[in-house]
Amino acid sequence: MEIPVGLGPENGAHAPDTGQLSRDGRWDTGRLYLAIAKGAFRRYSTYRAATVAGTVTNTVFGFILAYTFLALWQARPGLGGYDTAQAVTYIWISQSLLVTVAVWGGGFQDEVQDRFRTGDIAIDLYRPVDFQGWWLATDLGRAAFHLVARGLLPTLVGALAFHLRLPTDPLVWAVFLLTVLIAVVASFGLRFLVSLTGFWLHDSEGIRAVMLVVAMFFSGMLLPIGLFPGRLGELAHVLPWAALIQIPTDILLERRTGGAVLTGIAFQLVWALVLLAAGRAAQLLATRKVVVQGG
Amino acid sequence: MAELLVPEPQVRGPEPQLLAPETRMARVRWALRSWRLVAAMWTRATMAYRASFYLMFAASIAATSLDFVVLLLMFQHTDSLGGWSLPELGFLYGTSGLCLGLANLLVGSADALGDRIRTGTLDTMLIRPAPALAQLCAERFSLRRLGRPLQAASVLAWSLTELHVRWTADRVLLVPVLLVCGTVIFGAVYIGGATLQFWWGEVRELQNSLTYGGATLIHYPPTIFAKELVAGVVFGIPLAFVNWLPSLRILGKPDPLGLPTAFQYASPIAAALCVLAAALAWRAGLRAYRGTGN
Repeated sequence: MEIPVGLGPENGAHAPDTGQLSRDGRWDTGRLYLAIAKGAFRRYSTYRAATVAGTVTNTVFGFILAYTFLALWQARPGLGGYDTAQAVTYIWISQSLLVTVAVWGGGFQDEVQDRFRTGDIAIDLYRPVDFQGWWLATDLGRAAFHLVARGLLPTLVGALAFHLRLPTDPLVWAVFLLTVLIAVVASFGLRFLVSLTGFWLHDSEGIRAVMLVVAMFFSGMLLPIGLFPGRLGELAHVLPWAALIQIPTDILLERRTGGAVLTGIAFQLVWALVLLAAGRAAQLLATRKVVVQGG
Repeated sequence: MAELLVPEPQVRGPEPQLLAPETRMARVRWALRSWRLVAAMWTRATMAYRASFYLMFAASIAATSLDFVVLLLMFQHTDSLGGWSLPELGFLYGTSGLCLGLANLLVGSADALGDRIRTGTLDTMLIRPAPALAQLCAERFSLRRLGRPLQAASVLAWSLTELHVRWTADRVLLVPVLLVCGTVIFGAVYIGGATLQFWWGEVRELQNSLTYGGATLIHYPPTIFAKELVAGVVFGIPLAFVNWLPSLRILGKPDPLGLPTAFQYASPIAAALCVLAAALAWRAGLRAYRGTGN
């Protein structure tokens, strides 16, 4: 995990004044974040065996869960407004998105956790790059790699082994990819808040474990939110985790069309922004608290 | 974190005659003792972050309960899945979760073998005067792994009160046999899967598809899966012997593959074969291993 990709001496030298900025300075910042994202993409792509192993795992779970859904929809055709092909597609798409959107947590969280343990977090805070922006850029790079490496194969295997209902309109796919991007940002917002609890708790693993449970359930990863009973369903529809899996898959399955697509995207965007802002506020509080003891 | 644990019990531990145990029995006792000492050390270490420990224990129970909540939600919409009722699925769920949970508690740490090879800590284990496998299995031991077996056991207890089984002698006897053999099979899968990392260091996640994936598979009745898949876990990786086959006998269900009844009692043989395969793999792996001298 080597640090700066675009942060050579020449960049580092004038990066500190990114605060009050001319146009080409802003362009530099953009290029810096792009370089960070590219670095993360490349770093994740070096672990080939791990990627293959992970993709196989997603595919195995895809098979198991697809059969359970087939059995459920055989007993209750049309349950929750999904036909059988849509229900099976839901499983394969959610398995394909699981790692990209990092419903389980992970990605930059593991690195930040290590940096809390070793004290390197102090170095991150006085780098001439924004702390939140740095990690967001690495996470977007990671997500781009995972979307290709861990999303394509399960989708293809699923399409070969089962009758899936995938859209033929390229516009639907484009909107789907946009919602996945926003989903990654929203998921980053959630995970960033969780990681920042490390400033107060020293070890955010416990909170992470709790969040995993909440996220798996309320993202609709295990069961579409539409199948939750009564109040629980209403609650799940407005919580931020709905932005991670449920909205992108509903758009791909064309259960959300026309205006519903726009409201879905708006819902995602609002949560993403709220979470990023909350992360920013928590970061300000945390940096005030940090005492670096030299060394 | 490891620096905190300076007084390492296994270093000052065994008496000279235990260092080179003569009989097989003495070797087993020695391995178990090493496991216990390392596990005790890690228990103390994890207790240093108390808040995190309790949160993670609670989260572990909640996370494993989640699968069951999904089952309950499914049964809000239907009365049977593949011809099996909710208590019958509870039996499958409880037995599979309990076996996986116990195996994970006892030997689950083995899956970090690849990391240990990469960081060179495996070499440390090999030069300590204690069996490497016992150390590997106990490393990073944590009591929070009790969450899954506890939760699964409570579902199993509930399903046993709800089921209407005619308890003949063989059925009563099959339940403990199932639990022991299932734990052994999952344990062998953990260790066998871990040994793959001697050759391919990064494939840790592959193991998840066998352990957690396998346990999820056998939460559900065999009737809902394709026959090829069911045959694969009977004759390939024998997870069907953990609970599917004995459960057909206990619950009096028809076998979707139509295998001879003998298969429903054959779990001990399957478990013995699994242990044999895992032991051979471990030895071959250890022999193939070359430290990098760090």
